[in-house]
Amino acid sequence: MSRLEIRNLQVSVKTDAGAVEILKGVDLTIETGETHAIMGPNGSGKSTLAYSIAGHPKYTIVGGSVTLDGADVLDMTVDERAKAGLFLAMQYPVEVPGVSVSNFLRTAATALRGEAPKLRTWVAEVKDAMEALNIDPAFASRNVNEGFSGGEKKRHEIMQLELLKPKIAILDETDSGLDVDALRIVSEGINRAKANGNLGVLLITHYTRILKYIKPDFVHVFANGHIVEEGGPDLADKLEANGYADYVSK
Amino acid sequence: MSLLATNYLTPTGREEAWRFTPLKRLRGLHDGAAVVGDRASLISSHSLPAGVTFMSENLAPLAHSDDVIIERIRGLDGQVSHLSIAANTEVAEPILLGRSNGALETAELSRVRISLGEHAVATVVIENTGDTVLAEDLEISLAPGSSLTFITLQEFDAQSVYAARHHAVVDKDAHFKSITVTVGGDVVRILPTVEFIAPGGSVELLGVYFATAGQFFEHRMHVDHAVPHAKSRVNFKGALAGRDAHTVWIGDVLIRAIAEGTDTYELNRNLLLSDGARADSVPNLEIETGEIIGAGHASTTGRFDDEQLFYLMSRGITLENARRLVVRGFFNEIVTEIGIEAIQDRLMNRIDNELEKAGT
Ligand SMILES: Nc1ncnc2c1ncn2[C@@H]1O[C@H](COP(=O)(O)OP(=O)(O)OP(=O)(O)O)[C@@H](O)[C@H]1O
Ligand SMILES: [Mg+2]
Repeated sequence: MSRLEIRNLQVSVKTDAGAVEILKGVDLTIETGETHAIMGPNGSGKSTLAYSIAGHPKYTIVGGSVTLDGADVLDMTVDERAKAGLFLAMQYPVEVPGVSVSNFLRTAATALRGEAPKLRTWVAEVKDAMEALNIDPAFASRNVNEGFSGGEKKRHEIMQLELLKPKIAILDETDSGLDVDALRIVSEGINRAKANGNLGVLLITHYTRILKYIKPDFVHVFANGHIVEEGGPDLADKLEANGYADYVSK
Repeated sequence: MSLLATNYLTPTGREEAWRFTPLKRLRGLHDGAAVVGDRASLISSHSLPAGVTFMSENLAPLAHSDDVIIERIRGLDGQVSHLSIAANTEVAEPILLGRSNGALETAELSRVRISLGEHAVATVVIENTGDTVLAEDLEISLAPGSSLTFITLQEFDAQSVYAARHHAVVDKDAHFKSITVTVGGDVVRILPTVEFIAPGGSVELLGVYFATAGQFFEHRMHVDHAVPHAKSRVNFKGALAGRDAHTVWIGDVLIRAIAEGTDTYELNRNLLLSDGARADSVPNLEIETGEIIGAGHASTTGRFDDEQLFYLMSRGITLENARRLVVRGFFNEIVTEIGIEAIQDRLMNRIDNELEKAGT
């Protein structure tokens, strides 16, 4: 059992016009086994929350705390956070020229497992993970995310989720840009990762359709840099029907 | 031992061709101060395949040069180390040449010729190692229909000075591909130059360089499209790390009025891995006819991409390893073109070491 606790998190970004505060006190607790959905209007700070937890250098923590099983996450380097059990599936996965997917995956698995995976079992493991997400084996020798379509990038993120086995996964709009079949395949991947281990999921999304596959235990409405309402799965349906008009003025 | 002749115009550093080069560190190669040692260091330590010979011959230069160091070399000696690949010979395995007996007290003035007969196909690798002061006039002659991959590795030790022209003369339908790697030495200045003498030729000039603290590496390309329907591609990638690491890339491409149907593109990308390093990059395309297929150039100089490092680190990879992956990835595109795994691995390891040494 692991617990990620976000307390009164305040975050700003540096701009030419000075620091702009984006997160204005976020409180959220995620435990392994749970699925939390975060929904909210464009620009409300959802990705900022995700990146801040993962440690992106662009963001400055102004106040508050993030702990994983009591350990201070904000004090860790980016790789230490991953080693502690955090995973971020990015809204816009980054292209890394000249670095093959297979080299990248093996380097990451070696870092996270503390030793290089045995070559034979590893090859099979990667092959299975790719097959499960309907990724052409040829992708193993392509460069990380380079020239991948939007949906291919998202599938590649979830393949990493399955291989790297984190405790808490933050999935930032993993469903955006997926066709109907890919949405099902990716959702199954996330559900598999949940079934196979102790995984807590923070799912950032704009659409309820992914919630048909992945049942959230909690739904949070995010607006203007913080959580403005919390509820069960039915809150998502209410949002889909009514939009965010009730919240954006808050 | 003999002194270099002194009746040449000694560069002052104000000339376009010399404006970047630290003349004081050339150990007298440019101004005649160098004492010339009697050595010919280029050797073949493997047995040569059928149709290939390597011997010292007295040969006149293939092509004119107005580089003062090349002129001095030619003024001294007519002997040329000549690697010759007979017409219609296809050599599957790479032909490896290396260096023996370098020295820093005296300079070697070397003339080298690689010639391919009609329709000959070969890969030639020259591994430049050790500590030496070496000026080299290297000419490559490609007969019609021949194809050469020329891999030149500057893996010198720290104090070496190497000033050279690698000049290819490309005849009808011949193909020349060079991969120029410069990772070692104090001062390395190479002029990879190409001259097309009949239509239908194509060249690919690829290169990688990695300069660390105090090193100066200059690659000064010149591609002369003096005939119609020739194709050239230039792609050099460099990394720099450490105080006063300095690289220079000059890409002169001339499309003469007669050179209709020319197709050319040149690219130079530099990765600045620390403060205090300097990368000069000057593409220069001169076009005298509009009747061409294409002509373009691009030059970029950037630092580590924070987004790439973040992405890799978010998967548990340490900063140090993430940097190593990114730098290897940067060079990968060109290093894999070498196609000889042992050399590729050696270079990648060297690149890792340079990066570690620089401690960025
Ligand atoms: N460098 C920056 N300069 C100014 N504003 C910035 C900068 N970076 C982020 N922001 C702003 O921070 C706000 C929050 O952005 P964020 O990406 O977290 O939103 P989001 O909720 O994920 O939106 P979306 O649903 O569109 O993905 C936005 O208004 C964005 O413009
Ligand atoms: Mg977002």
